[in-house]
Amino acid sequence: MKCDYCDNKATVFLTQLAEGQMKKVCLCESCAKERGVTDPTGFSMAEMLLGNFQKTVSGAVEPQGSVKFMGSGKICPECGFSMEDLQKVRRFGCANCYKVFANELAPMLRGMHKGTTHLGKVPVGLIETHYRQLRIEELQQKLEQAISSESYEDAAGIRDEIRKLDETEVAE
Amino acid sequence: MMRFSTLLKHPADWMIGSDEAHSAVITSRIRLARNLRGHPFPGWAKKGERAAILDIIRPAVEDLAPMKDGFSRELSELSSLQKQVLVERHLISREHAARTDGSGAVIERRQSLSIMLNEEDHLRMQSIRPGLQLTEAYEALNDLDSELEQKLDYAFDPHWGYLTTCPTNLGTGMRASAMLHLPALVLSDQIGQVLQAVNKIGLAVRGLYGEGTESLGNLYQISNQSTLGESEEAIIRRLERVISQVASHEQNAREKLMEDDPDMVADKIGRAYGVLRHAFLIDSKEALNYLSLLRLGGNLGFFAKETVNLCDSLLMDIQQAHLQLHAGMKLSPEHRDSIRAEILRSRLQSLDSPYNFSSGHKADRPDSGDQPD
Ligand SMILES: [Zn+2]
Ligand SMILES: [Zn+2]
Repeated sequence: MKCDYCDNKATVFLTQLAEGQMKKVCLCESCAKERGVTDPTGFSMAEMLLGNFQKTVSGAVEPQGSVKFMGSGKICPECGFSMEDLQKVRRFGCANCYKVFANELAPMLRGMHKGTTHLGKVPVGLIETHYRQLRIEELQQKLEQAISSESYEDAAGIRDEIRKLDETEVAE
Repeated sequence: MMRFSTLLKHPADWMIGSDEAHSAVITSRIRLARNLRGHPFPGWAKKGERAAILDIIRPAVEDLAPMKDGFSRELSELSSLQKQVLVERHLISREHAARTDGSGAVIERRQSLSIMLNEEDHLRMQSIRPGLQLTEAYEALNDLDSELEQKLDYAFDPHWGYLTTCPTNLGTGMRASAMLHLPALVLSDQIGQVLQAVNKIGLAVRGLYGEGTESLGNLYQISNQSTLGESEEAIIRRLERVISQVASHEQNAREKLMEDDPDMVADKIGRAYGVLRHAFLIDSKEALNYLSLLRLGGNLGFFAKETVNLCDSLLMDIQQAHLQLHAGMKLSPEHRDSIRAEILRSRLQSLDSPYNFSSGHKADRPDSGDQPD
């Protein structure tokens, strides 16, 4: 049997069930390696299982339903990772990239996970900052609502609360 | 410093435990991905940066209580055969084995905890347990992680959680999985249905080896896909519930097979026993399939219970790199098949022939000596 991605003999066979459909993927050793699917519990399995890879006419592998990012040229000041790099590898260059490419991240995450907010473990040293940050996010949403419904008095109150929280953060 | 040969001298802890209630579950495994703030992720870091990161994380990891007398190496210090053996033992990933400079592996003496340094993420830690023990595996790894977070500055965001190289691992950075042995569901043709149901609730399933829904050795892996938007406990709870359901489906299927067609079951197990005990050339496909039946025989009472653990360690020991390590040289495929058969014959030498359920006593064995029961 031939590899789904090139003409080599397939040696790695996967069955993935995506959206209730049984899909068979046959890969040669090198294509499997390239896609990181040789390790049964490899993290990158998720990508395969989510069906993110599809064979194109040219035989090159492109992320399926790939989100085309608007406005290129953005670069992470901490690590030099660019929007083009993100488009290519679908991974990030450093932790700070998550801030720089926050807008691009949202469509990438669509359908990938149960939710879009972390509900798990928080490092002990960051617990306070963590909850303050979440509270600020929550207040900012309320603030927008207050403004759009023209309840300016409420808005002023919320703004004060946010400012106070911001100040404690700076004071630390 | 712990030697490679010392690490491999003893079977891993998870190979000798067992879980009577969930005999279909071979192992439970948790993996966590963690990264440092202020350093590029391994795939994007330049050679010098990777080395600098390794200099930060390696001492911190080696200093963890369970790792103090463990095995620790930079991957460049290991031969490709040694790395391959670690892959076959599930201690490092295949991707990690391809790395050299600036990457490392730290492994606990009992092999139940292992940490890959500069894999796709700065840290990929793993905890593995026999049977269905996801919670226990998580607790052990969580302790390790909590100890590490005091020494290392983790990349964490209040909204996104633990920041990982690939967004598929974002949030908890956790992959929980179990390896299941499901021969009766395969024999009774129910496997497709069961796996489809598991997938429908958002869990990933795959055959460990092989093609299609039929998997060599009837080994399957179930794991979580989603890492964001749920707590670790919620993910594990859901997975445990589903896995124990699948395990009890398997149990029911075994009982039904024994009721409906005991001769067919006995015949399959008896043939597997015959081939494994007496073959002189056996390829890995054939060996996997017969070991699967032998393991089933151990669960069903055809053999002593310890047979199950014996099969689990043999599954590991008949793989390519393990064979080459055993032989001490590079092997041609034919030579591999002969060494594989030799190992199987010698390890199964003292295994009594299958219990004969239809006549109610052990089948006559011309070669049975004074083997203890
Ligand atoms: Zn290929
Ligand atoms: Zn960056």
